[in-house]
Amino acid sequence: MNFELSKEQVMIKKMVQDFAENIIKPRAIEIDTEAKFPEDIFKQMGELGLMGIPFPEQYGGSDGDTLSYALAVEEIGKVCGSTGLSYAATVSLGASPIYYFGNEEQKEKFLKPIAQGKTLGSFGLTEPNAGSDAGGTRTTAVEDGDDYIINGEKCFITNANYSNTITVTAVTGKDNRGKNKISAIIVPTDTDGVTINSNYDKMGVRGSDTCEIVLDNVRVPKENLLGDPEKGFKQFLHTLDGGRISIAALGLGIAQASLDKALNYAKERTQFGTAISKFQAIQFKLADMAMEVELARNIVHKAAWLKDQGKPFTKEAAYAKLFATETAFRSANQAIQIHGGYGYMREYEVERYLRDAKLLEIGEGTSEVQRLVIARQLGC
Amino acid sequence: MNIYVLLKKTFDTEEKIAVTNGQIEDDGAEFIINPYDEYAVEEAIKQRDEHGGEVTVVTVGDEDSEKQLRTALAMGADKAVLINTEDDLEEGDQFTTAKILTAYFEEKEVDLILAGNVAIDEASGQVGPRLAERLGIPYVTTITSLKIDGETVNIDKDVEGDIEKIETSLPVLLTCQQGLNEPRYPSLPGIMKAKKKPLEELEIDDLDLDEDDLEPKTKTVDIFLPPEKEAGKVLEGELQDQVQELVSLLKNEAKVL
Repeated sequence: MNFELSKEQVMIKKMVQDFAENIIKPRAIEIDTEAKFPEDIFKQMGELGLMGIPFPEQYGGSDGDTLSYALAVEEIGKVCGSTGLSYAATVSLGASPIYYFGNEEQKEKFLKPIAQGKTLGSFGLTEPNAGSDAGGTRTTAVEDGDDYIINGEKCFITNANYSNTITVTAVTGKDNRGKNKISAIIVPTDTDGVTINSNYDKMGVRGSDTCEIVLDNVRVPKENLLGDPEKGFKQFLHTLDGGRISIAALGLGIAQASLDKALNYAKERTQFGTAISKFQAIQFKLADMAMEVELARNIVHKAAWLKDQGKPFTKEAAYAKLFATETAFRSANQAIQIHGGYGYMREYEVERYLRDAKLLEIGEGTSEVQRLVIARQLGC
Repeated sequence: MNIYVLLKKTFDTEEKIAVTNGQIEDDGAEFIINPYDEYAVEEAIKQRDEHGGEVTVVTVGDEDSEKQLRTALAMGADKAVLINTEDDLEEGDQFTTAKILTAYFEEKEVDLILAGNVAIDEASGQVGPRLAERLGIPYVTTITSLKIDGETVNIDKDVEGDIEKIETSLPVLLTCQQGLNEPRYPSLPGIMKAKKKPLEELEIDDLDLDEDDLEPKTKTVDIFLPPEKEAGKVLEGELQDQVQELVSLLKNEAKVL
């Protein structure tokens, strides 16, 4: 048993922390208020090799592991939820499925540019009528000679405006039990018939790019089919398992930031002639926050470690996502409470943490879906 | 070009530092590369990329100094040398460090040695110049610009806000001032490659030195934190009286007038 990070992991954490503090943090309020995607920051993150952490060098990656990647997401999440979300979505949802299921040509052509930071990555699963119920997917891909013709609509898709390709899920036929067969197809965003809008006015993670995608007779070659057409559904489940670790890490970052801000403020703020950190009412809040942050960190690291060891991690990833994101929400909420009236003001940032944290309880599987996943793992 | 960087591990002065019995407590302190040495590492990498050659980072320290050396390797240095004095030396000062480094460099072919202007912990700024003196090569401190053309070296030196233009030649030792460059972040591939780069570990024995040769020439009598800042005083009353009181306080209490 060993809880210590490796030298490389420590170094990666420190580097991302420095980068986040110096480059992202000063812009976090502006990114939120203007709801503007920080393209220049992503360019720098790409140059530092952050997009390729968990992928091998031959595909443009940095040869790191899931734990290093989780550390990076946490550090970015600590200063800016919007940047953290677009980062996590690029690596876990954009690049990872191509890495897991793509053939060599697909990896060379589609994974490499994402891992090298030349484009972001995007995964189009959610539809107006299919979210948690991915089986309700209505987008279709019909074979036509050497191509697929794709028709349908996707919503709440992260990063589509800044991605060269979107991995889109679509119904490609029926299996022998008469159920819809769902496959994943890589769609270059400059293909005729692809329309990307981003008209959402969001509560939080406002600087992250969120899109609606209309696919109108979009023709892509059959070679863009990702992985096994018969096992499309299983593939997403595996992709989502991995994605949960990164959303958990993002929640951990926001929870840690909430604790840090609340603790600093409580030590400085004086009422009734003493720092409010001397009051038990505040101490108990801070003690609970600190404990939950540490527990969240343990399960995030454990889930990442299991994945790196090639062991099953579905249950732990669901634990991590559920606990860390709900911890983020609770911690942000308490941080606002400890700040009192100031906490309600944008300048003090904790109100943004709460708005950003709320998304994490919904995106990539709601808290309720995590409980279902856990229950299923228990054999219910 | 054979480029060497002298690097020191220091505690992070932006983090809380605790002093007990005239000693800085190592346990809680965060350790970093001395920020001025980061300029030296960056400059070494830039000069190597321009002129070719190799960058070797050298530190005199302990087991834990490996972390700072690995960071320099992750930034792009080629080799690292740790002269570990943990088991051999109880104490040391600038004389000790300069003497150890002299022994290390005596057999080396050196074109350029870069160091920080000062270390942020003790801020003596002595090790670089003393080493150059012992090696019999020229040195320039607090440089803010460096251009090398063949054997000719053109330098801007910061002199209390003004710039002195200096021409000298290789081999030379230079100490780096803020403004020289913007140190890069170690990239992810850099970090992953750093563990495969050579890191040589030496002890004073390997340099034919003995503990007695390295006896410090100075003695640190005490280390203490600056006094805590006290709350300010708000003057009240008529403006005229306030001004008079302020002048009298500055004169009699603060004794700055």
